[in-house]
Amino acid sequence: MSSRASSAKIPGAGMLRETGKLFALGLDVARGIFQRPFQLREFIQQSWFIASVTILPTALVAIPFGAVISLQFGSLAKQLGAQSYTGAGSVLATVQQASPLVTALLVAGAGGSAICADIGARTIREEIDAMEVLGVSAIQRLVVPRVLACMLVAVLLNGMVSVIGVLGGYFFNVVLQDGTPGAYLASFSALAQLPDLWVGELKALIFGFIAAVVAAYRGLNPPPGPKGVGDAVNQSVVITFLLLFVVNFVITLIYLQVVPAKLD
Amino acid sequence: MGAEVVIEGLTKSFGKQAIWRDVTLNLPPGEVSVMLGPSGTGKSVFLKSMIGLLKPDRGKCVINGVDIVRCSESKLYETRKLFGVLFQDGALFGSMNLYDNVAFPLREHTKKSETEIRRIVLEKLEMTGLAGAEKKLPGEISGGMRKRAGLARALVLDPEIILCDEPDSGLDPVRTAYLSQLLIDLNAQIDATILIVTHNINVARTVPDNIGMLFRKELVMFGPREVLLTSDEPVVEQFLNGRRLGPIGMSEEKDQAQMALEQAQADAGHHDGSTDDVRGVVPQLQPTPGLPERTGVRRRKDRVMRILHTLPPAAQEGIIESLTPEERVHYGVGGHSVTTSQRGQLPVDDVATVPGSGWREPQSNQSSDAQRMPPPPQQGRS
Repeated sequence: MSSRASSAKIPGAGMLRETGKLFALGLDVARGIFQRPFQLREFIQQSWFIASVTILPTALVAIPFGAVISLQFGSLAKQLGAQSYTGAGSVLATVQQASPLVTALLVAGAGGSAICADIGARTIREEIDAMEVLGVSAIQRLVVPRVLACMLVAVLLNGMVSVIGVLGGYFFNVVLQDGTPGAYLASFSALAQLPDLWVGELKALIFGFIAAVVAAYRGLNPPPGPKGVGDAVNQSVVITFLLLFVVNFVITLIYLQVVPAKLD
Repeated sequence: MGAEVVIEGLTKSFGKQAIWRDVTLNLPPGEVSVMLGPSGTGKSVFLKSMIGLLKPDRGKCVINGVDIVRCSESKLYETRKLFGVLFQDGALFGSMNLYDNVAFPLREHTKKSETEIRRIVLEKLEMTGLAGAEKKLPGEISGGMRKRAGLARALVLDPEIILCDEPDSGLDPVRTAYLSQLLIDLNAQIDATILIVTHNINVARTVPDNIGMLFRKELVMFGPREVLLTSDEPVVEQFLNGRRLGPIGMSEEKDQAQMALEQAQADAGHHDGSTDDVRGVVPQLQPTPGLPERTGVRRRKDRVMRILHTLPPAAQEGIIESLTPEERVHYGVGGHSVTTSQRGQLPVDDVATVPGSGWREPQSNQSSDAQRMPPPPQQGRS
């Protein structure tokens, strides 16, 4: 009963078609955000759910992540004789790159997989069909609240990861690498600037959107059967990861071109 | 009154595999229709195409002037509110209990207060025999209950068109009979257009006003029940009698060799799996006494009498027999006797091959109805 046509004569045509459908769903969702009525209850429930499955793992990942960056950068800075910039460097790396990615990986891995499994199970049990037949758009009713919830949680988590990552970096730099607390704190604002935080949050917002849309897309179009749902969840996480790194690359590139570095 | 559904040249295929093509039929408003067909002929796909869940390749499906196949998304959602659809296993929302499931359409589409919603939901649950189970989750109840709950949810918006995908699958014969009665009662009360997709012969013989049959990727026939019930079409005959002898095989079609082999076996005395010949017009299920008369029946009679001369002779005979003497006078038909127990229009050898057929001509609707279903106790049903 899959609606996919098997006319994949041109190599890559199937992939292009899937990409197009994914993009179309993204547009539908973007339009659905502005359509009333807004599903407030579903949004709050989903936000709470995604937050509850992501907060702890994210925090646990953020501490070693911040520490690794700090240690790496600390030892590098030491060799170059730029110890006083250790704090600045690790803050920049954490806030701008590490934190949105960690957030997105966990939102996709924990939240996105749950969304995909949930919607996928509803699809194969014909619940989505039933909902559509009752005159309720599944995109409006189910997907939009989840996408918004993912975006909100990603942005909030990103803030938390930034703080925890920087604290972790501080701890390891001061305790293990004999850095001075004063120098670490003082150099905070030497390289980092406010736009770094904004771009970090913007990335988290976009990553949250991508993670949720990919999860919803795979959930709404699973391969047939219960195993299909499992495959769909698997694929949704992998596809999201691939997209995240590409999008991250593009945003970083644009950001570095548009916003001048502070020391220039 | 229910909405009319006009389907013209509907064609659907998945990739290269055609499901059915050029299906043209007309669900008359307020009448009950049944779509028959062997498993795997795309009956469910047909239902889903009718409500725009699947997009047909060609053709039209017009409801209240809106072509479901080509209309805009907002129009589609608007039109779907006219539908109540019963899916094969109920398709209830697994995360909600029965009460919330049935209340869902009301909460989404109406501004009714919770007390009003409660009244409607409990009424529909009682109607489908689920009173007291409203707190249960769909995973905790039997398949039959899920089906009935799905029906309750489909009915809650007072739909103009009710589509049932195999209402009998997974139900015992008694519950199937109750469900059939419920559908007929509903039709009497809200005059909705009903389409039932099934392969249950009993339902097909007693419930509908019109019967259609899908086979070999097309609509074999669609028309008044008498036409299909008296048809000589080999596919219809085989299907109604549920026997192996005939064009329908285990996979959808069978080849000549297989057919010849089975014929030879049957000639040698091997039983072909059928029971008695059940063709012929049997009395139709009537609404529970006390309910209003089905207005669809009256409209259908007028319609059928207008096209009577175009129908096959056996069907004509069946229709005329089912009329009361006053109606015969009204329509100006029925000069010949109806007490004869032969089906005079059939070829002689056809009659001869089925001696001992358990079927008999319906003598009068009233008496046989009284035997078939004693009037249930009156309960306050509004």
